[in-house]
Amino acid sequence: MSVVLEQIFQVGFLAAIIRIATPLAFATLGEMFSERAGVLNLGIEGIMLLSAMTGFTATSLSGSLWLGVLAAVLTGALMGAVHALFTVALGLSQHVCGIGVTLFSSGLAYFLYRLIFGQQSVPPSIKSFETLPIPVLSDIPVLGPAVFNQFSLVYMAMAAVPLAAFVLYRTPWGLSVRMVGENPRAADSAGVGVIATRFQAVILGGALMGLAGAFLSMVQFNAFTFGLVSGRGWVAIALVVFGRWDPWRSAGAALLFAFVDALQLRMQASGLGHIPYEAFLMLPFIFTIVAMAVMSRNAVAPSALLKPFRREER
Amino acid sequence: MPAPLIEMRGISKSFGAVMANEAVDLSVAPGEILGLLGENGAGKTTLMNVLFGAYAPDAGEILVEGRPVTINNSADALAAGIGMVHQHFHLAPRLSVLENLLIGIPGKSGRIDRAGGLARLAEIGHQHGLTLDPDLPVSALSIGEQQRLEIVKALFRGARLLILDEPTAVLAPTEVDGLFSALRSMAAQGLGIIFISHKLNEVRALTHRCVVLRHGRVTGRVDAPASTTSSEMARLMCGHEIVPPARGPSTPGAAVLTLDGISTSRHSGMALRDVSLSVRAGEILGIAGVSGNGQRALAEVISGVRAPDAGRMTIAGKSVSRFSPREVQALGLGRIPEDRMTTGLVTNLPLADSMVLPRIGTGAFSRNGLLRPDAIHAFAEEQIKAYDIRCPGPMTRAGALSGGNLQKALLARELAFDPKVLIVSQPTRGLDIGAARFIHEKFLDMRARGCGIVVIGEDLEELLMLCDRIAVMYEGCIVGTLDSADATIARLGLMMTGAEGHS
Repeated sequence: MSVVLEQIFQVGFLAAIIRIATPLAFATLGEMFSERAGVLNLGIEGIMLLSAMTGFTATSLSGSLWLGVLAAVLTGALMGAVHALFTVALGLSQHVCGIGVTLFSSGLAYFLYRLIFGQQSVPPSIKSFETLPIPVLSDIPVLGPAVFNQFSLVYMAMAAVPLAAFVLYRTPWGLSVRMVGENPRAADSAGVGVIATRFQAVILGGALMGLAGAFLSMVQFNAFTFGLVSGRGWVAIALVVFGRWDPWRSAGAALLFAFVDALQLRMQASGLGHIPYEAFLMLPFIFTIVAMAVMSRNAVAPSALLKPFRREER
Repeated sequence: MPAPLIEMRGISKSFGAVMANEAVDLSVAPGEILGLLGENGAGKTTLMNVLFGAYAPDAGEILVEGRPVTINNSADALAAGIGMVHQHFHLAPRLSVLENLLIGIPGKSGRIDRAGGLARLAEIGHQHGLTLDPDLPVSALSIGEQQRLEIVKALFRGARLLILDEPTAVLAPTEVDGLFSALRSMAAQGLGIIFISHKLNEVRALTHRCVVLRHGRVTGRVDAPASTTSSEMARLMCGHEIVPPARGPSTPGAAVLTLDGISTSRHSGMALRDVSLSVRAGEILGIAGVSGNGQRALAEVISGVRAPDAGRMTIAGKSVSRFSPREVQALGLGRIPEDRMTTGLVTNLPLADSMVLPRIGTGAFSRNGLLRPDAIHAFAEEQIKAYDIRCPGPMTRAGALSGGNLQKALLARELAFDPKVLIVSQPTRGLDIGAARFIHEKFLDMRARGCGIVVIGEDLEELLMLCDRIAVMYEGCIVGTLDSADATIARLGLMMTGAEGHS
């Protein structure tokens, strides 16, 4: 085990945590905005995959990485709007629609990818983002190269957390989001458009999920594969609960999960070879289940989560 | 006379075949408190929802200071200076007082204007004596404080007309006084107020003028409520005289329900601390108190839903050991829970199913593990006739019945098996005078037949009329028990605030 402990404090290990946490942080913040407004978005897994595909494709065709990021964000926002159309405007079951969005988006991603790239023996790849060291800060020993010599999307994730907290807790729009998620009737009687606010929150959430997808295909793997997301969306839903619907806690939850995930990767590589590697793969998920079980005892979901709003209904 | 602040002319609104409002005229002048009287279903709330923009009227117009306006939603109403305090508060419990006030208010340079909000809150508090701690979450406020917040919220948005829908239904007597003095202060400063109630004494004490609705139409206008008798107003409301049932003398027998030193731990709401009481056969015991002082826990213990941590309970002389609903029911307890819709019955199933639910496993309704639909149907049909429950039949979805008919159905379900003890919570809340009267008569009937009854309630007039003795609960304890001959509303009200103990 001492081998493992030594590795924790290495630059590479810390950098790995940050890299693993980035897409989770985007996805968790996205899901959090949606749920704070009262809409569970189980479409997250599919939205991430479809956005990863469109981002990769846009970059691959245009050669511009930022155009790819834009495509991914727009895809996420669009699928968020689709989910909101069914669950907010039409008031249908959020569970059923979310699963539907995931199945549809995943299918569409496979289909479009095959249509555009065909069957190739060597999967196409793109030239990824390069790391962008921040002057001065990146010279701090250990922490500097790990945290401040990262990709621009990583810095965006770091900025997104305080920004999300500011928007949610300090702006009138953020208050409206929290109010429509707690008591839509109260928001309505105060003259706040419940339907509009929910649409906006779900679309913003979708855009953040799109960023998560973009990071996976354009930074982490430089390619699109069908198993790209592999449950990260579902994990984000658990992390929102773990983070009690708060931006800071959610980001903390993402970091903790990333730590366990990075740890198991090292354990796979560090010569504990007599244990099948699948056992290590399970670790982060076991951690999630245990953390959920412990933390969700006191967690209180937004009161109006899962409840559609119709005005004339009494 | 100044121009009316608000005028409604010829308002009509129907839901399907039901005329909720028909050609209603109504106006409020600045500085005036208008009472809107009527039984449940008379159309008071519908009329106010039209005024507040929740429903569009089928006909008629609304004028604000002489100018016709169209009010399509609550934002329009707020812009026209109309504020409403709903019967069920529109607050988000986990957000703070200030956040509930600032919702929908544009911020300052993109941020919530906290300083401005605090200043305005302090100003309103100073003007009308309505003070609130801005940073407490709403869930930490008492019901009275939440109502105060709703009033402040309307004033905060610049309301010049304030509508209050049955505001006193949730308050303790002392809180009612505070509300009334705030309302008088607002009227004195030129605000118009519409006060909706079916409590005649309150309307007489507070309002300058009142309008009476029945079946959606204006059936009376009273220009001097203070000098009009309650019975005259009741006649306008109901269309006929209402005589309260008389409680004759009774000779109570042996104790049928005793609680000895019952204490519970806190799960949700107030816990019980060392509660002892006894009810004899042929006696009605009232439990008075401001809601949230342990009444729910008491009802749950007696009905076997919750086991106490300490103490003993007996029903008809037999000790209750396991505290399950089935056990207490087998010992002879009947129960009418506080919330008809959630714990009383299953709203999406046929009425007949709900009427046999507590006894579904007994031989009367099932045999060899199979239901006997014919017996269930026949039982329901019989009770529907006996209690005059207005519904198309036993297969009607229970949730489609009105409150009064549901309460009759629950009463029928319990009384059909001749309980030795009956525990009821808020038996007539939300019922109109006619239905309440029916329920009261049934209770007195059961009393005459030797049933012991526990009535948990907040309506002191009702308790004084029904009960032989009244116990007062405060913070999970019984602080005193009075013979109803010695009890007055003032005295009970004082005990309910914990100010006076008496045993």
